[in-house]
Amino acid sequence: MFKGKFVDNLPKIYGFYTGGFLLFFFAMMIAEKNGVSAKMIGILFLTFTIAIYALIGVLSRTMNVSEYYVSGREVPTVFNGMATAADWMSGASFVAMAGGIYYGGYTYMAFLVGWTGGYVLVSTLLAPYLRKFGCYTVPDFIGTRYGGNFARFCAVLVLVLASFTYVTAQINATGTIASRALGIPFGAGVWVGLISILLCSMLGGMRAVTWTQVAQYIVLIIAYLLPIFWISLRGDFGLFPHFTLGSEVARIAELEAQYGLVKNTAAAMKAAGVPGGLSYISTPHATAPEGAMAAWKFISLAICMMVGTASLPHILMRYFTTPNVTSARRSVAWSLFFIFLLYFSAPMLATLSKIMLIDPNQATSIIGKPIDQVMAIEWVKNWIGVKQAFIVDFNNDGILQLNEWFMRGDVVVLATPEVAGLPYVVSGLVAAGGMAAAMSTADGLILAMANCISHDVYYKMIDPKADVKKRLLIARLGLVIIGVAAAYIASMRLTSILGAVAWAFDFAMSGLFFPLVLGVWWKRATRQGAIAGMLAGLISGTWYLIYVGPTFMNQTPWLGIDNLRFGIIGASVSLVAMVVVSLATEEPDAATQKMVDDIRIPSGRTVIKHT
Amino acid sequence: MATSKLEAHWNDTKGLMRITLALWFFFSIVIFMFGYQLNSVNVPLLGYPLSYYMCAQGSLAAFVILIFWSSGKQEEIDMKHGVSDAEKTED
Repeated sequence: MFKGKFVDNLPKIYGFYTGGFLLFFFAMMIAEKNGVSAKMIGILFLTFTIAIYALIGVLSRTMNVSEYYVSGREVPTVFNGMATAADWMSGASFVAMAGGIYYGGYTYMAFLVGWTGGYVLVSTLLAPYLRKFGCYTVPDFIGTRYGGNFARFCAVLVLVLASFTYVTAQINATGTIASRALGIPFGAGVWVGLISILLCSMLGGMRAVTWTQVAQYIVLIIAYLLPIFWISLRGDFGLFPHFTLGSEVARIAELEAQYGLVKNTAAAMKAAGVPGGLSYISTPHATAPEGAMAAWKFISLAICMMVGTASLPHILMRYFTTPNVTSARRSVAWSLFFIFLLYFSAPMLATLSKIMLIDPNQATSIIGKPIDQVMAIEWVKNWIGVKQAFIVDFNNDGILQLNEWFMRGDVVVLATPEVAGLPYVVSGLVAAGGMAAAMSTADGLILAMANCISHDVYYKMIDPKADVKKRLLIARLGLVIIGVAAAYIASMRLTSILGAVAWAFDFAMSGLFFPLVLGVWWKRATRQGAIAGMLAGLISGTWYLIYVGPTFMNQTPWLGIDNLRFGIIGASVSLVAMVVVSLATEEPDAATQKMVDDIRIPSGRTVIKHT
Repeated sequence: MATSKLEAHWNDTKGLMRITLALWFFFSIVIFMFGYQLNSVNVPLLGYPLSYYMCAQGSLAAFVILIFWSSGKQEEIDMKHGVSDAEKTED
C-alpha cells in the first residue's frame, strides 16, 4: 500500500486515517462513560497516536538519497500544505498561544499577524525559486549560488543556531505533555518525546517526516477545533464562535472596567509566594493601546516574526518536496490556509475561556465569587495542586478579584474544556494534539539540521566522494546526536517556551533573510557580500541580544527593540553589509548570472543536478 | 531562450511582486499603525472592534486570499511567456 501508486492513493489513505481517529475518539468517549479512568484515557490517546506516527515512519523508510532529502519530490500540493502547517505550528502555537492572547490581549496578537504574514514573503520572494534551484538544503542554495565552502559554512552556522534554539522548546513541550499524560517525571518525559520524534524521522528522512506530519496535522487540527466548537455550543455562545463572539468581546471590556485592571507589585506577589510562570489579567482583552510606541512595538514584533518565517530553513525546505515550481508556489497558499484554521481560532478560545471565568452571569465563573467556594471547585483544586494556578486574597475581602487569580497561560488550552464541563476524553484529545504539534515541528527542525550536517558539511565539504550508504548513515547519526543534545538541554529547562521560540526567528532573519532573497532578486549580489551579510547580521544581532537580554546584560532597549525583536538590528546590519560589500567587490561571473536567470523561470531543469 | 523574452517575463513578475508586497504591507503594517484609532470602529454584523478583528481574523484571512490570488496571477504570467512548468493534470 505504500509502494508504487502511493501518492495517488493519498486522499483515500488519509481519509481512512481521519475516520479511524474519530472512531478512536468515540470509543474513548464510550470507555469514559463505562468507567475507564481519566489517566488511562490520557495514556491511550498518547500511545495510540504515537504508535501510528511511528508506523508511518517505519513504512516510509528509504535508502534513496532524493527520497531521504526531498521526499522524492512527489508530495502533492495540498498534502505538502498540511505537512508544512504541522511543521510550522509548534507546541507553543498549540499550547501557549491562546494563553498568550488571554493575558497579552491585542498586543500579543502581533504574533498571529507575524506568523501568518510571513508566508506572503515565502511565496513571493523565495519558495518557487528555491524549488527551481533544486537544492536539498537551504545552505545548498547559498553554497551554490554564491560559490565556495565558506559561504556554505556560514549558512550552516545560522541554520543550526536558529533551529537549535527552536527545537529545545519543542522537546521541552513534548516532555511536559508526556510527563503530564503518562504520569512520569519531566526528565523521563523528555526522553520519551525524543524517542517518539526519532522514530518518525530516522528511517525515512524527509519522506517519513512528510507523511507523519500530514497525520499529525489531522490530529492537531481536530484536537484544537473540536473543543472550541463544543465549548461554544455548550455554553450557548453560538454555532460558529468566530463570527458570534462580538457581544462577548464587548462584555469582557465592560467587566474589565467594572473590576478595574489592577497591577500587583512584584514585591507583593513575591511575599504571597505566587509560583513562577503564573500570570493574572492586567491587560485589556481587545483594546489597542494608545501611542506611537505601542504601535511600533506591535509592528516591530510582527516584522520580526514575518521576516523570520521567510528565513527558517525547516519551513523553506518543505517546498523542495513538491513535483514542480508551480505546485511549490501554490503549496504555500495551502500551507497558510491550514495554519489559518488554527490561528484564527486561538483568539476565540481565549475569549471563550475568559468570559467563562470572569463573567458572574456564567455558571462557570470564578472571579467575583467567595474564595472558599472557588477553592472547592474540582478543576481549581487540581491545577492549584500542580502549581499551575494560585489564589491570593490581597485585599482580604474573601472575594476573588481579577488580580488575585493566577494561572499559567498553558492552562487556557488545557483546562478550558474541563471548565466548560466537557468530558475528560476531550482533555486526552488535547494532549494528543499538543504532542502532535510539538513532535512535528521538532522532527522538521532536527531533520533540517541533520541534513545540512550530512549534505553540506560532510558530503560537500569533507568527503565529496562518499557513497550513498555512507551519506545516509551520517545523516541518521546526525539526527540522533542533535536530538540527544537538544533533549539534554531541554531537560535543564533554561527559558520559557516562547522566549526561545521568538529568538529562533530573530536569529534566522539576522543571518539568512537578505542573503537568500538577494540571491534570487539581485544578480549583483556577490559571495563576499553574502558572507558579510550573514556574519555581520548574526554577530550584530547576537551582540544586541546579549546587550538587552534580561538574563544577560539587561540594558535599556533602544527604540523599544527588546530581546524578542533583536532581528530588526541583525537584519538591518545584514542588508547594509551585504549591499556595500557586494558593490565593492567584482560582479559575479557570467555562469552565476546565467544561474540566476535560470531560477527565475519555472520551466526547464533544476539548476543543481544531483548525482 | 531569447533574453528579451526572459526580461519581459521577469518584468511582469517584478510588477506582480510589488503589488503583492504593497498589499502585504498594508495588511501587516499600515493597519496596525492606527490600532488605537480603529478601536472605536465596529465591524458591521460581527460587532468586534476593528483593530481587534484585524489581528484576530481580518489580516490573517487577507494573507490567505492574497497568496492564492498572487499565485494565480504568477501562473498566468508564466503561461503568457511560455515558461510555465505546470502540468495540465496538476490540481
